[in-house]
Amino acid sequence: MKLRTTLAAVSAGMLAVAAIVLAAAPAASSAAASTAAASCAKGSLSLVHAGQLTVATDSPAYPPYFENNKPANGKGFESAVAYAIAKELGFSAGEVKWTVESFDDSYAPGPKSFDFDINEISITAARAKAVDFSTPYYTNPQAVIVVKGSKFAHVTTLAALRGAKFGVQVGTTSLTAVTSEIHPTQQPQVFNSSNDVITALREHLVDAIVVDLATGFYLTSGEIPHGQVVGQFNAPGGDNWGVLLSKGSKLTACVDQALAKLRSGGTLASLTSRWMQSGAGVPVLK
Amino acid sequence: MHTIPTSRAERQLARRRQARRSVALSATSTIVVLGAVAAGIVLSPGWRTVRSTFFSWHYFRAVLSSLPAGLWLDARMFIVVEVVVLALGLTIALVRTLRAPLLFPLRLVSAVFVDVLRGVPLLILLYLIGFGVPALDFSFLPTDETVLGGAALALCYSAYVSEVFRAGIESVHPSQPAAALSLGLTRTQALRHVVLPQAVRRVVPPLLNDFISLTKDVALVSVLGPQEIARIAQINSDLNFNFTPYVAAAAFYLLLTLPLIRVVDHMRGRALTRQNAVVML
Repeated sequence: MKLRTTLAAVSAGMLAVAAIVLAAAPAASSAAASTAAASCAKGSLSLVHAGQLTVATDSPAYPPYFENNKPANGKGFESAVAYAIAKELGFSAGEVKWTVESFDDSYAPGPKSFDFDINEISITAARAKAVDFSTPYYTNPQAVIVVKGSKFAHVTTLAALRGAKFGVQVGTTSLTAVTSEIHPTQQPQVFNSSNDVITALREHLVDAIVVDLATGFYLTSGEIPHGQVVGQFNAPGGDNWGVLLSKGSKLTACVDQALAKLRSGGTLASLTSRWMQSGAGVPVLK
Repeated sequence: MHTIPTSRAERQLARRRQARRSVALSATSTIVVLGAVAAGIVLSPGWRTVRSTFFSWHYFRAVLSSLPAGLWLDARMFIVVEVVVLALGLTIALVRTLRAPLLFPLRLVSAVFVDVLRGVPLLILLYLIGFGVPALDFSFLPTDETVLGGAALALCYSAYVSEVFRAGIESVHPSQPAAALSLGLTRTQALRHVVLPQAVRRVVPPLLNDFISLTKDVALVSVLGPQEIARIAQINSDLNFNFTPYVAAAAFYLLLTLPLIRVVDHMRGRALTRQNAVVML
């Protein structure tokens, strides 16, 4: 009996404390955005490590965005874009240091270990409340991949895919795209990495997988030799990719400036055509 | 100065006073300690961000409706796996107690099974079975990831549970089966009616402890694709870059595990009272 009474009194105390904690903090607005005509001269940039630009991506880093899981080789679309941004900001290739940041970690609150993160991250309004995004450097539709000759290999509409068992990678906009655009009758299978998604398709654990189109081209040209892109479609709100920075980062405006220059100077377009295959030939599923 | 209470009424009064005093003291000290911890958290420079990132009422409500389905999947996996584990674990434990020389291969197999499966991380086992078994391409083997994941869990936990059972069996004093044999029971009868009832009763608390652990490990099956509660929380966190869904999932999980934990503690207390006549406070 005594233990129980003590516990009751103690839990009452704990509840009181919890109430205080949850009520205490003011929900003030975040610090005013640093739009004060930020100087983007290399010397005046606020960096995680002085004198170097620390760029993050996940590991493994997949083609066609990176090659051989070595972001520092400058090969692959996102590696090339990162070095192009760095160059605009005044950094030599040697001053760019890469660090590994998992997707789930990239938006955790607290100090970041990178100046910016480039990891096929889609820009959405909800996400932009937690982090800063640059302007988009790429827009990527979704692609449906099946095994050649399988049940869904000849579909031409999204409705025809409703009965398929889908596999997608967690955290990608592909899952939202599948549930909101296709409305499959079976719950999609969600995997940790795109390697697991590929394995699931190879072993017929799923009928179809959905990835971004550029990844789809890469997969069907090598990783899944019997795979086939049956078509492309758009995730709700499109799928614009941006560079991720910590919320309120002083660097965001400078990265945007650099991207604007790369866009107007044609560099971004030439990097895109060099590394990314055009989706023009792929049927659009409606 | 305390006077020594003499009458029964006085003693009771003194006891009650002391009880009240100890309740007040423990409550006060709890509030002070927790209050200090809470104040430390609230006054931290990042608290505002932590609050909006982990305790957002908006995102909590948003994820609420999608979590029960995930928890239900976890609960079903847990129940099925638990039944399989009990049966398989006990079987392995019994096989390991066999002494007939002819059955040595069986003993060897179960010993290796227990050693290997206790030594391999569950996550790796899940990948090996979840992706390895379908790769065999036998039509009679299941390809449903929930089933495969459940099988991996069942194998891993059977190894642990068989050791718990074996410890229980070995804890029964040899005089017990000896007495049973001398009364004319066969070896099987002695095992079934004398050794096992005592052994099982003794290992109920550690068994239940393993099962509490299992309730949480079923979440690992999500790496094979099924959308159970932890995965649903991750999906929603990734969607909005907000960690509140994880907190919500943890709260839901506690709804499942806390009653179980209470039941286990209660049973443990009762077993202790019965066996040792020790009064639990």
